[in-house]
Amino acid sequence: MDLSIRRVRKEFDHFPALHDVSLDISSGELIALLGPSGSGKTTLLRLIAGLESPTAGAIFFGEEDASHKSVQERHVGFVFQHYALFRHMTVAENVGFGLKVRPSALRPPKAEIRRRAAELLDLVQLSGLEKRYPHQLSGGQRQRVALARALAIEPLVLLLDEPFGALDAQVRRELRRWLREIHEATGHTTVFVTHDQEEALELADRVVVMSQGRIEQVGTADEVYDEPNSPFVYGFIGDSSALPVRVENGQLWTQDRMLGLSLPGAPDGEAVLYFRPHDVELVDGCGGCIAGTVAASRRVAGTRRVELEIGGERARVEIEVPLDHRASEKSRIAFKPRRWKVFYRDGVKAAPKSPHAQAHEGRILALTGA
Amino acid sequence: MVLEVSFAHQPAASQPAPITETPVVRIVLISAALAFLAFFLVLPLIVVFVEALRNGFDAYRSALTEPDTVSAIRLTLLVAAIAVPLNLVFGVAAAWAIAKFEFKGKAFLITLIDLPFSVSPVISGLVYVLLFGAGSVLGPWLKSYGIEVLFAVPGIVLATIFVTFPFVARELIPLMQDQGTGDEEAALSLGASGWQTFRLVTLPNIRWGLLYGVLLCNARAMGEFGAVSVVSGHVRGLTNTMPLQVEILYNEYNFAASFAVASLLALLALLTLGLKSILEFRYGDHIAGASKH
Repeated sequence: MDLSIRRVRKEFDHFPALHDVSLDISSGELIALLGPSGSGKTTLLRLIAGLESPTAGAIFFGEEDASHKSVQERHVGFVFQHYALFRHMTVAENVGFGLKVRPSALRPPKAEIRRRAAELLDLVQLSGLEKRYPHQLSGGQRQRVALARALAIEPLVLLLDEPFGALDAQVRRELRRWLREIHEATGHTTVFVTHDQEEALELADRVVVMSQGRIEQVGTADEVYDEPNSPFVYGFIGDSSALPVRVENGQLWTQDRMLGLSLPGAPDGEAVLYFRPHDVELVDGCGGCIAGTVAASRRVAGTRRVELEIGGERARVEIEVPLDHRASEKSRIAFKPRRWKVFYRDGVKAAPKSPHAQAHEGRILALTGA
Repeated sequence: MVLEVSFAHQPAASQPAPITETPVVRIVLISAALAFLAFFLVLPLIVVFVEALRNGFDAYRSALTEPDTVSAIRLTLLVAAIAVPLNLVFGVAAAWAIAKFEFKGKAFLITLIDLPFSVSPVISGLVYVLLFGAGSVLGPWLKSYGIEVLFAVPGIVLATIFVTFPFVARELIPLMQDQGTGDEEAALSLGASGWQTFRLVTLPNIRWGLLYGVLLCNARAMGEFGAVSVVSGHVRGLTNTMPLQVEILYNEYNFAASFAVASLLALLALLTLGLKSILEFRYGDHIAGASKH
């Protein structure tokens, strides 16, 4: 089922939670809504489900405007962060609930409901636990029951609200792989909400990065990681370092020093340089590079991270150096970022109220360093 | 108690006790509490039964089968049988609205539900006297249709409903707020109608808390004195409930009979207490709303 969200706006007591959000999701896609808390991702998911109604805009299920349909009429499978299993029903009764409450003309016979529940529990690898109650299951098992229950009604779309948020790290990784498998087996159009970028990047076909009620960027994991289109996305996805710079005659400058990074034809102005700490090249001697004094150094898994103090502005950036690099305190290190991007500040200044939202509307010039 | 038992098996010398009060202090505090309970609760309860049975069991039985007393017992049961189910419905409706929906004036509604707790029952009774009395607008109008409210059963029922209204709602509101709306949303998303959701999901989730609230409501409905005393008119055999009957018999120096009726109320209290304890013991987490499955 294709989904189309068209200029949807949602206000709670005149406080906007979503600003004119548009998004197209094609049939069978696995989409992640990724953002910090308060970014509107859960609101968007609940709007799709019909658990909230939009202040303006429309949501289309295929060719049909579903905006004014009730949650019952939308046939969505919704999985809640805290499972929301019915505690007084057994696992099998929970899974069969959606079939049992159908009007009598559409309701399958009891034996059929039982058979279907058993089939779904087999799919989520919980066969044999039909007679258990939710409180007798582990968190991971409960969430699988919740998914089986949502799948039982043969939903048009599957919506998951931070499905693994309440689980510990190991169970989460396991369930992530398993959800991918289920998705491939059933082919449902699936939208899930998460604040965990690793989860989003690993699991989703496309990631929708959200911030302050707006969509910042939509793209594959590679696209949002390698080509972030706003300072927010750069900062939110993966590690990044930012350095205030000045653009002058197509060259980047810190206060007193040319960085050796050029933007031919770019207008002059104040800007911020973004790059990934691991995507840098250390250089000896410095004619046209970024150089700084080591302020701190720490071991991170297989690499060493150093914090450099750059120039007179006391700006700090983080870069990765090989483990055997002798990055002693106060020593100087020079480097060049391999891939980088520059965002002008005037876009930011133009909108003091919500810097992130406006940033990508400012002039963006992005070049990959040669 | 459990703690002490488990510590007894351990070598006491090396570990400092987690409780810092000395045994003497503990014994003094516990016996003070026990003495207080014995003096103010257990002793009066014993006195009720001793006085009731002072003239022997036969006298006790004949006091309870005396026609006016029988009619008081009947009236009490009737009033409870009307007031409790109505308050069950009102209480569930109010708690449901407050816990599951956002609307203007919610805080005001909560205050209103608490009102009967904060107003003296005598005043609650007087309100109905003013509302339905001879000098009011409603009273004579209803009377012209042959409906007597004041000094009749309807008045007693109204006053009892008013006084016992908060019990079910107060019990359910925190429970339902704690349970949130997740289960209901899940049921709706699975296609259940509003009524199916209420019947199959909401109601089972609150059943023990509801039973608990009904028990307390019932105990109060049967034992209510102040408000009922004002509106009943004390017509023997007609508008006397058990608590009123106790008072009348006592004022007539008929102590044995008075205490016999009182002992029935005391038994009701003990029964309620027993059921309440069983509920708390077995379904404590469902009642306190602490259960997070």
